[in-house]
Amino acid sequence: MAGILVFIEQRNGDIRKASLQALSEAHRQAAGDVAAVLVGSGIADAAAGLGSYGAAKVMVADDSELALYSSEGYRDAVVKAAETTSPDAIFFAGTAMGRDLAPRVAAALGVGALADVVALEKDGDQLVARRPVYSGKAFATVDSAGKKPQVISLRPNVFNADEVGGTAEVAALDGLDLGIRAVVKELVDTGGGELDVAEADIIVSGGRGLKGPENFALIRELADALGGAVGASRAAVDAGWIPHKHQVGQTGKVVSPSLYIAAGISGAIQHLAGMSSSKVIVAINKDPDAPIFKIADYGVVGDLFDVIPPMVDEVKKLAG
Amino acid sequence: MNCIVCVTSVPDTASVIKIGSDGTNIDDTGIKWIVSPYDEYALEEALQLTEANGGEVTAVTYGPDRAEAALRDCLARGANNAVHVIGGAATLGDSFTIAKVLAKALEGRNYDLILCGFKGVGTDNGQVGQMLAEMLGIPHVANVTKLDMGDGSFTAGRDVEGGQEQVECPLPALITCQKGLNEPRYAALKGIMAAKRKPVDKIAVADLGVEEGADPFYTVRSLELPPPKSEGTIIQGEDDPAGAAAQLVNLLRSEAKAI
Repeated sequence: MAGILVFIEQRNGDIRKASLQALSEAHRQAAGDVAAVLVGSGIADAAAGLGSYGAAKVMVADDSELALYSSEGYRDAVVKAAETTSPDAIFFAGTAMGRDLAPRVAAALGVGALADVVALEKDGDQLVARRPVYSGKAFATVDSAGKKPQVISLRPNVFNADEVGGTAEVAALDGLDLGIRAVVKELVDTGGGELDVAEADIIVSGGRGLKGPENFALIRELADALGGAVGASRAAVDAGWIPHKHQVGQTGKVVSPSLYIAAGISGAIQHLAGMSSSKVIVAINKDPDAPIFKIADYGVVGDLFDVIPPMVDEVKKLAG
Repeated sequence: MNCIVCVTSVPDTASVIKIGSDGTNIDDTGIKWIVSPYDEYALEEALQLTEANGGEVTAVTYGPDRAEAALRDCLARGANNAVHVIGGAATLGDSFTIAKVLAKALEGRNYDLILCGFKGVGTDNGQVGQMLAEMLGIPHVANVTKLDMGDGSFTAGRDVEGGQEQVECPLPALITCQKGLNEPRYAALKGIMAAKRKPVDKIAVADLGVEEGADPFYTVRSLELPPPKSEGTIIQGEDDPAGAAAQLVNLLRSEAKAI
């Protein structure tokens, strides 16, 4: 396995955690032969720190036209970086940006791409990936049929980000000829600083058992106490209680946090598909026969309105 | 405004997935095939755009004979034309080859906007739209939940973590559609009856110059079900919910080390 190029995503100059995870995994797989490409505007200061996560070289594409994401402009930068380094693989964090950019870059390079990968291992000179299909109802072990570079997006919060204490050589990525037609004019904050379920390490989800939109406040209280994000079942989203971006499941987000708490969610097969790969699953439900209990590591049979408030108190006690 | 909608058929989301005897595909015995849910948003948006601006909607699919049902569904809901590229058995999950086949099938066709679902609910790659746009040399906006069509260009809202990107894009272009964009209509009986008589343009994938399986970009080595979960710890909390809550938090802290 020769070198790996890692696309580094930043927002307002802050490197995304999922990109550090991808960079760390590249370091583990490529035995140090790792280059990173950082794209944005006025972001050069963020480059040097990438050495401590395993980048030997960081190429910085700094251009005012790249301040906000551009599928075409960012493609140009990553393709240019790939031409400079001739990597065997290109890694992306499987964020909204990475999942959008990776296939565009791959097609520009004339290769396929492996999306939403949750485990990687080497087989000779290529990487073999494990990825969920049918929203996690099954897992496929796949490869790129010998094509290089292997373009791979890694699911956030699955791979560890480890500081290895190296330093990176930083160089500007010059000579970019940007062909941008689709222009992002603005990034509107719709989350109010709220953590997205796709990025969260802890998720507390509510379903039909909440009985109404106002009771999501209870879910939010527990999520806040745990430092997690608020999720929802399709039933709650379709009832208009909470926006779709919170939906976990086969037609929502497929997540694998270290802790998933499902309250008032019976566990339709589509919902289970979206969260069953979470490390620890907790179910709180009045119905002892609810399917969610079959995949729960811990379950409380009881009324969520009686169980969650004391849970919030207990969690706050732990935090001191 | 002419729209092309790329649709794929997938197992009904309520399906229980079993592994086939070859160990690399699902066992499709008894599977009910549906239009991938996100493709329904793409079709609905195309129908609304042509209803407002004139023009035609052409639905395109690449799949085996049974995939014709997906096209009939699109015709029943109001699509004007349907193109069926017959094949796909050897290229399931191979986004690059699928995009290449679609790009060849669209060659010479007249379109302003191509619409895809943001992913097929099956192999879950979410890559064909972006790859197709790159191959056709047009811009794309993926994961669209809002679309305002203008004259020769549009503004789209694209959901990202904690925010929405407002994207301005000239036509021709490609979008991939996310839940929230619209409310897909159901086919009326009249539409279903009319759809039976509408022609479907059938193309063998070999006629597009693609020999399936000869030059893959994605190989499935094996397919497995998730490892079975061991039995969990169940706490009866009806009589003493506060005690159950304390016990649960304690277990999450000391045993699971999850908090």
